Amino acid sequence: MSTLVIAEHDNSNLKPATLSTVAAAQALGAEIDILVAGSNCSAVAEQASAVVGVSKVLLADNAAYEHQLAENVSLLIAQLAADYDNVLSPDTSNGKNTMPRVAALLDVAQISDIIAVDSADTFKRPIYAGNVIATVQSSDAKKVITVRSTGFDGVAAEGGSASVETVDAVHDAGLSSFVSEEVAVSDRPELTAASVVISGGRGMQNGENFKLLEGIADKLGAAIGASRAAVDAGFVPNDMQVGQTGKIVAPDLYIAVGISGAIQHLAGMKDSKVIVAINKDEDAPIFQVADYGLVADLFNALPELEAAL
Amino acid sequence: MKVLVTVKRVVDYNVKVRAKADGSDVDLNNVKMSINPFCEIAVEEAVRLKEAGIASEVVVVSVGAKPCQEQIRTALALGADRGIHVETEGTVEPLVVAKLLKGVVDKEEPRLIILGKQSIDGDNNQTGQMLGALANMPQGTFASEVAIDGDKVNVTREVDAGMQTISLNLPAIVTSDLRLNEPRYASLPNIMKAKKKPMDIFSPADLGVEVTSHITQLSVAPPPERQPGIIVESVEQLVDKLKNEAKVIS
Repeated sequence: MSTLVIAEHDNSNLKPATLSTVAAAQALGAEIDILVAGSNCSAVAEQASAVVGVSKVLLADNAAYEHQLAENVSLLIAQLAADYDNVLSPDTSNGKNTMPRVAALLDVAQISDIIAVDSADTFKRPIYAGNVIATVQSSDAKKVITVRSTGFDGVAAEGGSASVETVDAVHDAGLSSFVSEEVAVSDRPELTAASVVISGGRGMQNGENFKLLEGIADKLGAAIGASRAAVDAGFVPNDMQVGQTGKIVAPDLYIAVGISGAIQHLAGMKDSKVIVAINKDEDAPIFQVADYGLVADLFNALPELEAAL
Repeated sequence: MKVLVTVKRVVDYNVKVRAKADGSDVDLNNVKMSINPFCEIAVEEAVRLKEAGIASEVVVVSVGAKPCQEQIRTALALGADRGIHVETEGTVEPLVVAKLLKGVVDKEEPRLIILGKQSIDGDNNQTGQMLGALANMPQGTFASEVAIDGDKVNVTREVDAGMQTISLNLPAIVTSDLRLNEPRYASLPNIMKAKKKPMDIFSPADLGVEVTSHITQLSVAPPPERQPGIIVESVEQLVDKLKNEAKVIS
């Protein structure tokens, strides 16, 4: 048995979601290789070779893979998959974009978003916005799986010594091209990797008021998130959205401010270890999942909280 | 340019779905069914392309049992021109749905296919991408903006790091994210008119597709319950609890 893990990276740095995916791969009990597909990404391959539990790193370094265009990368993964029993990717936007194409090329099902490995062919995954956990069994000889990072504690990033092997195959489908990107630049930790997250909802009233969260985030080393309502209202950009269709987070501490707690938002944060809710509506559903609830006007509570930390 | 748009019949997004007590499946007795919200956004986008004079015809397709014709009619009331129902029984996995849609694509030869990025029941987020691979078409998934530009389409995508814009050769596939548009409501006259719009019905065999199953759902269960929390009286008490009880801040 052997498993290929698809590395999540930005051509310079290996992302922590990869470490969680390696942990899921370990639960399958097979030998693990990592594919780093990108452009000028040898630094990522080096980082991947240090990840604990990895036998070999495959480095596919070509301009065709620079922006992770699914049309190109899926052809590469489908070709390499011939040598593996399982192909696992983090459930990042790249993984979600590319892996179903890989599965279709291989004529197998994809098992999306697993949170537990019961055995080599049986997995747990959330459905209906996480209101139900399904246990599913795959009958495919080759398994294509995406892994929800919050379901698995990542393996150590340092301590391994895998070899790096270059893959020469170049797949350029010629169907798509990269035009531009707007990437949020922040000194704060990444939302999905932060140990503390503070999120604002519609109750923040506007984007300017998100500054009230920044002082607290600075003191706690927290990432800042938002509910769908806050993103839809244009307060903050989409990459901050936590929820069923945004990012899934499970930090040690999640502070929900002015967030009512729609099912779709809870789906993205209810596995957090400790949840704090600050809302002036004492009937808000968010209080049902909160460990500590504070019924208060956020415009009074936030400055007080910042001062108290 | 012909646009094909897909709709799925799912449990309404306001319904909190629960596992049956015996864990065999989710309990869907007497729950409200609707168009999957992402599919509704896909339909809206297709109709707007028609209103802008870019799309010449909007064809709506749904795969499922007979009741999904309701959702096709809803899409017709929202402005699609005609419907296609691919009639199936039981659960149909995304790979099979993609194969059935590929059959429809081969018949209809649309220039653009718009799907919802995921359905809110299975939360799989697979079908559009699988159709892309099967039809050898490029894909713009998680779209927040779609701009036709001659024989290409520019799609702005919501990705983990922010926004990415890519250019795709037509014919192409787009999957809608939440902020692509705000769907309209169907007016009563349009609901009446939709009843007279044409709808074709195909079986999987008509499309040359064998319905196979690769995944078995063994059981379902509710997620682990959280311990009930407490209401604190003040910010001071909150900070004290976080420091000394939960020990998550120092």
